[in-house]
Amino acid sequence: MTVPTPPTTRGALERREARLAWSLLLPTITIVSLVIILPLLAIFWISFKPVGLADLRPVAPVIRESLRERSGEMVIEYRVRNSSQQKEIAGLSFTDTLHDGVTLGALPEQCSVESGALRCEFGDVPGGFNERIRIPVTLDGDPDTLEEIVEGTEPEGFGSADNILTNTEFTLDNFARIFDGDEFWSVLWATVFYTVFGTIGALVIGLFAALLLNKSFRGKGVLRGLYLFPYVSPIIAVAFTWVTLLDPFSGSLNALLIQMGVVDSPINFFGQRPLALIMVTVFEIWRYFPLSFLFILARMQSIDTDMYEAADMDGASPFQKFWYLSLPMLLGILSVLFLLRFIWTFNKFDDIFLLTGGNAGTRTLTVNVYEQAFAISNIGAGAAVAVVIFATLLLFSFFFFKYISQEEGL
Amino acid sequence: MSILRHGAVTGALIGLFWAFVISVTVSVTLSFASGLGFRPGSLGCLILGLCGGLAAIYVRDARLVMGGFILLCVVIMFTPLSPILFQENVPVLWQLMAVISFGLFMIWPLTLMLVEAQPGPLSRHAFEDAVIRFLTGFGYIIFTAVVLIPFYVMVMTSLKSQQALLKNPLDFSIELSRGWDLFRSYIELFGQFNFGSYLWTSFYVSVLTVLITLLFSVPGAYAVARLRFKGRAAFSRSILLIYMVPMIVLALPIYIAFSMTGLRNTIPGLLMIYPVTTIPVALYMLQGYFRGLPGEVEEAGLMDGLSRLQVIWKITLPLSLPAMVSVSLYVFMIAWNEFLLAFMLLDDPSKFTLTRGVAMLNSSEIPRQHLMAGAVIATIPIMALFLGLERFMTKGLTAGSVKG
Repeated sequence: MTVPTPPTTRGALERREARLAWSLLLPTITIVSLVIILPLLAIFWISFKPVGLADLRPVAPVIRESLRERSGEMVIEYRVRNSSQQKEIAGLSFTDTLHDGVTLGALPEQCSVESGALRCEFGDVPGGFNERIRIPVTLDGDPDTLEEIVEGTEPEGFGSADNILTNTEFTLDNFARIFDGDEFWSVLWATVFYTVFGTIGALVIGLFAALLLNKSFRGKGVLRGLYLFPYVSPIIAVAFTWVTLLDPFSGSLNALLIQMGVVDSPINFFGQRPLALIMVTVFEIWRYFPLSFLFILARMQSIDTDMYEAADMDGASPFQKFWYLSLPMLLGILSVLFLLRFIWTFNKFDDIFLLTGGNAGTRTLTVNVYEQAFAISNIGAGAAVAVVIFATLLLFSFFFFKYISQEEGL
Repeated sequence: MSILRHGAVTGALIGLFWAFVISVTVSVTLSFASGLGFRPGSLGCLILGLCGGLAAIYVRDARLVMGGFILLCVVIMFTPLSPILFQENVPVLWQLMAVISFGLFMIWPLTLMLVEAQPGPLSRHAFEDAVIRFLTGFGYIIFTAVVLIPFYVMVMTSLKSQQALLKNPLDFSIELSRGWDLFRSYIELFGQFNFGSYLWTSFYVSVLTVLITLLFSVPGAYAVARLRFKGRAAFSRSILLIYMVPMIVLALPIYIAFSMTGLRNTIPGLLMIYPVTTIPVALYMLQGYFRGLPGEVEEAGLMDGLSRLQVIWKITLPLSLPAMVSVSLYVFMIAWNEFLLAFMLLDDPSKFTLTRGVAMLNSSEIPRQHLMAGAVIATIPIMALFLGLERFMTKGLTAGSVKG
């Protein structure tokens, strides 16, 4: 008699299930690779290329056609131009369809008629190339209608230009530039300060807020909703409100401080070192404490009250209960939140960009991407900063998965 | 430490701190409400704080303490010892109101804070209890103020005129005599700045983002939650990993690609990107929820001859309606509030989303109150949704706010 054993190979049912799973996931995988993986690969490529903002405009022939009268005879005029002032176009040519009622006269040397179409060739042309070609024509019919017909068809231009994004020219200049001396250290310092203090501040303030609301009283729901406002409202609205509120000339906070006799002259909160960096960090704490608050409150409310009753029986004081009972229970969620918020604060761009534009010593790595790519028009250097950010993130996520995946919830 | 734990010392110190807190709170509140000059008087706070604290400890009759204290405040209001000082132009009625509210909000909570404290040495329990009550009161005030003031300033600034703002930045009182002219900034934004169309663009972009996100993430989440296949663990990890890629890193190549293909400055271009930024979040939230659903119901459906897709459509989706609402709200919020991509990809004012439109108002030629009115317009819809559906929204935030 044989002993029944579980099958060792994959059965038909299991294979069918796996197939279904992949087909359900396929749309997501496709679109995510297109919009996330592909750009990530592209950014590595670009970071090694000497690309400026101006290089993004495609180098291509531009051809305009018009039918007009010139010194008594009708001509078709083609204006051929190289869209770039610097780059060469190789093998520039164009073709245009011929129309009934329009008979071409003597053709210029570049042009020929092949199988019912006009074709003109110019060979390799330099940047800034701009030439007019006139072909005399005899018209058979009303000039105005013919003009419309002739100008109604677009001539088709050909030619290949060297594209900086696709050629094989590489450089390390971008990395050399961003790691260059003082600027790099100031960016790094701003990033570290903002990330560390922003994260810890939001956690601690969130913990306080959660402690406040961890009891039942009338109006608790209202307060809880209110404390989530900073996080829920659009960044653009709250950032500009802070800028207005703290404005050195017409800001209410400065007016208030002066009236209360705290300061003598207005403070330029977002315009001077090192106050600007502190203020953007305070803003970060203000905007994101609701998140830690929500998580910590949810965890607090799930702690068993029996434990506190036992502690009361043993005569523990309120602070002792918090320190020896609540805090250890919250340690898990606090560390999860810390890592997540750390990564997200590190990634934050909008807040600083809207508050200070990265001035007055608040340029973090993410703001530096924008600064390099758009303010200085050096896309390559921007990409290089992005690569640095991505590498740092890989390091963080290594820690994340090492320590967090065993933790609760997330 | 032990000297602090004496009824009189504890009472006096807490009274002192609380007097300063209330004095500053009342001054700031009234300054913001009226634009008049109020400021805390340190000497008055010092004396009244000590008196109040000691009275609350030694006089056990709460009504007597409260009445006496408020009377004392009013009596010393015209001396330099007043807890709140006034500029000359403040009317007497406002002064009286300031001082009485100081007295009330000072002594009433104070008696509650010190309810367990008596004269003489305090037990550790009674001492910490008083401190915690003080900190709680302080916490409510500071949190509420810090959260509310920016929103108050935002709304009130949008209702002011340029001259009034420059004359006194503290004056947020509403000039009701202006009538409809109060809403002038809003009328101009909708009339001259095209905000009606931005509102509509933002709305349909957000709704379409929600729909596309659900379309992709529901099947994906179901597969990850219910079906067994090789690489499931790796897949759910990479979802988390993908959320951690910052948008600014992706925005650069997307900008380049869109510039070259002509998708920049188009709404379809935006709609190609927005859902992808939200699909991982939605997928993650939904698979968590699907896992919590009882599998037996679905198995029963399978036994009765439904295909997997029919099971998803007829059983799983109706059961997870609350989760779908949470996810939709969360995704709607992300799309509505999205700024970076809209800012980088849209240049043409006829195609702006609301956040991009508000960013346009941030220029020195456009008055501040217009910018604030734009901010209010951007905030109100999301706030209305939030307040109306808070239960779902909070759930969505908690489940999805791995992303922030």
